[in-house]
Amino acid sequence: MRQLMEGSEAIAAAMVAAGCRFFAGYPMTPFTEILEHMAKRLPDVGGVCMNAESELEAVGMAWGAAVTGTLAATGSTGQGLSLMQESIAEAAMARLPLVVFNMARAQGDYWQATRGGGHGDYRTPVLAPMDVPEAVELTQLAFHLAATWRNPVLVLGDYYVAHTSQSVDVQPLDFGPPPDLSWALDGSSGGSGRAKLVSPLGTQKQRDDVGYDLSEHYLACAAATSAMLAGIEPRAEVALCDDADIVVVAHGTPGRYIRAAVRVLREQGIQAGYVRPITLLPFPSGAVARAAEGAKVVAVYENNQGQMVDDVRLAVLGRTPVTFIGGLSLDSSGFGIAPDLDVTILRDRIAGALP
Amino acid sequence: MTDLPVRYLPTDRAPDRPARLVDDFTPALIDVGAHHLCPGCGEPIAMRSVVEVISELDVVQRAIAVFGIGCYTAFSNNLDIEVCQALHGRAPSVATGIKRAKPDTVVVGIQGDGDMVNEGLQEVLHTAARGESVTCIMLNNGVFGETGGHLTATTVLGQRTKNTLEGRDAEKHGYPILVSNLLAQLEGAAYVARGAVNTAGNVSRTKRMITRAFETQLERKGFSFVEILTMCPTGWFIETEEAPSYLDHNLAAVHVGGVLKDW
Repeated sequence: MRQLMEGSEAIAAAMVAAGCRFFAGYPMTPFTEILEHMAKRLPDVGGVCMNAESELEAVGMAWGAAVTGTLAATGSTGQGLSLMQESIAEAAMARLPLVVFNMARAQGDYWQATRGGGHGDYRTPVLAPMDVPEAVELTQLAFHLAATWRNPVLVLGDYYVAHTSQSVDVQPLDFGPPPDLSWALDGSSGGSGRAKLVSPLGTQKQRDDVGYDLSEHYLACAAATSAMLAGIEPRAEVALCDDADIVVVAHGTPGRYIRAAVRVLREQGIQAGYVRPITLLPFPSGAVARAAEGAKVVAVYENNQGQMVDDVRLAVLGRTPVTFIGGLSLDSSGFGIAPDLDVTILRDRIAGALP
Repeated sequence: MTDLPVRYLPTDRAPDRPARLVDDFTPALIDVGAHHLCPGCGEPIAMRSVVEVISELDVVQRAIAVFGIGCYTAFSNNLDIEVCQALHGRAPSVATGIKRAKPDTVVVGIQGDGDMVNEGLQEVLHTAARGESVTCIMLNNGVFGETGGHLTATTVLGQRTKNTLEGRDAEKHGYPILVSNLLAQLEGAAYVARGAVNTAGNVSRTKRMITRAFETQLERKGFSFVEILTMCPTGWFIETEEAPSYLDHNLAAVHVGGVLKDW
């Protein structure tokens, strides 16, 4: 049944639909309402929502729940995720399925999300919805990917995704048979001579005449990461690029405005097209490169000082000039309400980038 | 710090007299008995006590241990109970997540003083305040043993560590935190006790404390906590056989043993 829902509530409903039964969070704008809605919804389905005392506790609690094979999530804004980085990095080394929401302020967390602010050789897939219905889909995909690849997965939203109300129908998506949970802890293997171990230091036990071998473990994790990145199909929305003189690349909420601005330009006879990366990691490099073929210029719009533009340049590899047409745009709250997100302003910005 | 005659060893080189393995006894639920910790270390005794209680209470197939980071982490892949390795300081939150997600499990956190009191003090305070139905064990030797005997938040005044060679001086390094005493004041903490493993009698008393702590969890009375004073002759820079009495005259003179709270 379609319902008018605020993004945060729709994301919470999507988490429950995906089977998430544990959530821990610490309030911070614009993430707070996700926590509120999970606190309301999870007890009704036998789940647990914890009001963690800090982001460190939040990610630690989610870690503990994830260890038991319970689909678990946490989240915050970029600042809160900065605090969580150690755990996110090590959760990847412990091969824990964990979903982390960043309802970011503007788009300054692209590097944090796609490069990771933690230590070591790890990557986390990043999904970037542009609106509420897409957030509902990508939230469920995030749990599927996390459980399938046993790795943290990030959902990168923003103020608009969290607080815009749209009509959505939240239904569980079918991703096929449930993933293997034989690694998860419930205590029952104790005393068997093969008690289970979930550790970011590896799973080898001393009884096998080996201790933790970090070299071996990190190489195994690296192989798992490579398989994950190769196994996840990059997603992007691409339109009007076949004959485009200018291709605009933007993700998340600004991607939605860029789409509208490009259509206005087309009506004015300007051959513009756009690519909206939906998976930021793996980045849809192929889609960007193909879209750029034949274009005079690729313009990147982000509500930051230029981060994703690096990935666009890596995708285009010098074959087409890449220019940055974004820039930080904030109201005085700094929460990510962007005066620049205006179709006319963006139309002029794009047109001005044409050689 | 009492004026006990102690033969201090140098901190900048290995001891002249190598330590040796006396007895390779392997208790149940510990996979490999010949541990990799230093001779004279108190942590293997504490670990053995914990797993013995798990066995005696017949919760082996419900138990999950959550380990912090320290020398005792050498046991996180050496137990025949399920183990979740946590990050430094984070075990109480991880234990909380496990227990809340699977309320039928019996969850025990194992942390040292550096892990619990330095790196993650707020975690254990909040977990206790929530009355979380988990048992946290703190192995307190007053030093960062794994890095080579450095000052922690529980190091007692006057105690010599590698970065307080003249002894902990309150003016320079502040005062030790008595974490059991802090926890005992919290409403959510149902059982709080401080034991030691430096004498047979203390090992026996400490084991009764651990048992009571697990009973607290099984009866769902609230948060339970046992601090265990452990010997660290290497990190104290003293002869192995002097460590039990050094513990009595230094650590235990400030972190005083006993049951601080019982439901």
